[in-house]
Amino acid sequence: MNFVKKLGLAVAGSLLISFGAISTASADQLDNIEKAGVLKVAVPQDFPPFGSVGSDLQPQGYDIDMAGYLAKELGVKLELVPVTSANRIPYLQTQKVDLVISSLGKNPEREKAIDFSKPYAPFFLGVFGLKDVAVSAASDLSGKTVGVTRGAVEDIELSKLVTTDADIKRFEDNNTTLSAFLSGQVDLIATGNLVVAAIAERNPARMPETKFMLKNSPCYVGVMKGETRLTDKVNELIGKAYTDGVLESLSQKWLKAPYPADLASM
Amino acid sequence: MSYQLNFGALLDYQDVLLDGLWMTVKLTLISTVLGILLGVLGAAARRHRNAALRHLSKAYVELIRNTPFIVQLFFVFFGLPAIGIKMTAIEAGVLALVINLGAYLTEIIRAGIDATPKGQLEAARTLGLSSRQIFIRIVLPPAFQRVYSAVVSQCIIVMLGSAVVSQISVPELTFAANFIQSRNFLSFESYLVAALFYLILAFLMRLAFNLIGARAFSRKEKTL
Repeated sequence: MNFVKKLGLAVAGSLLISFGAISTASADQLDNIEKAGVLKVAVPQDFPPFGSVGSDLQPQGYDIDMAGYLAKELGVKLELVPVTSANRIPYLQTQKVDLVISSLGKNPEREKAIDFSKPYAPFFLGVFGLKDVAVSAASDLSGKTVGVTRGAVEDIELSKLVTTDADIKRFEDNNTTLSAFLSGQVDLIATGNLVVAAIAERNPARMPETKFMLKNSPCYVGVMKGETRLTDKVNELIGKAYTDGVLESLSQKWLKAPYPADLASM
Repeated sequence: MSYQLNFGALLDYQDVLLDGLWMTVKLTLISTVLGILLGVLGAAARRHRNAALRHLSKAYVELIRNTPFIVQLFFVFFGLPAIGIKMTAIEAGVLALVINLGAYLTEIIRAGIDATPKGQLEAARTLGLSSRQIFIRIVLPPAFQRVYSAVVSQCIIVMLGSAVVSQISVPELTFAANFIQSRNFLSFESYLVAALFYLILAFLMRLAFNLIGARAFSRKEKTL
């Protein structure tokens, strides 16, 4: 009798547990976030200007501001979880975080593992130059001098595009390419858009602006696979952030450049 | 440890390589000629009766011989534009090479001058030659001959050192090898071929210098 009673309890207990498990699995993550009142976001801690530790020891950056914006719009508290670029997707898959906002780019392998929102931040290789240099496409480079880091992705992409008599000056590393631009040895450089933010801080007098893109790989918010309601909500908020000018101000604040209009339609 | 050598792939880049080789030859020719002139002038200044000139020459030699070439090069190319002196990469490269070679040759030629037997100077003065005549006709030719092999070596060092100007995007031989390596990742082949070209250039340079030296110095002796 005692044994039967125990068995019965055990069965009932396990049923309850499995039922509970089913109910959490079927419950929507968006509901869970709203119920818990906390949005847990994986953010970078060592990748300025997207995420780094400020002089007040508080995390700061584009991604942190973006996470703060989403939490505010959802009406929940924000919990930042610092991650590295290697463990940001596992953190999401094991539900340690609700969202990954960690300068995450999209590729087919990643798309198998997680879902992506609309892009929320520009991240691209391009040709940049001083305001008064009139260039808007690769064909305009004819007769102009462009500095680039030899062997880098931007060098390969630029070399593919440029068949005109453009003079490509190849330097040993990024810093040398940057020096060539800052010292005025070249007025155009092919590099990443983050460099623009770095130059704006170091030498505003030679502030480069985007002439054209070589390779676009914007940042997306990573969402647990299959959580479509959450993804839709994030997309809606990103859309709102664009129309309200939040993305523009984030881009100006952290990347010292306007938010590219073509990202909004992606 | 099985590496498949693939020199054939370099043929796709033979224009880059040959252009690079030609650029190295041009850089070397210009900087050697100008560097030797600067070295002679520097050595003359180093032993001039004007103290200011002597100190200036000494400061120049010490400054250049005690700083790395790449720093001198970056200063000329990246630093000078800050005060409005802007040169193309090739001009900056040649200037840095000439300044560098000039400093070493100043010191080498000065050594040759110092080895001039005192009696020759006294004889020249007794004959009433001016100090300019003494320097150009009595002191310099044998001084130059005495240190000729050191001068040749220094010029070859500068030819090899011209590889450094690849860092400011001058498309010379090392730049070509770097470029090819960044495209097909054949480091072994690219750098081996570049090294062979340098070796050949060094041999040819020494040969040319020896021929020039043999002609120049033997004729001197005949006329004497």
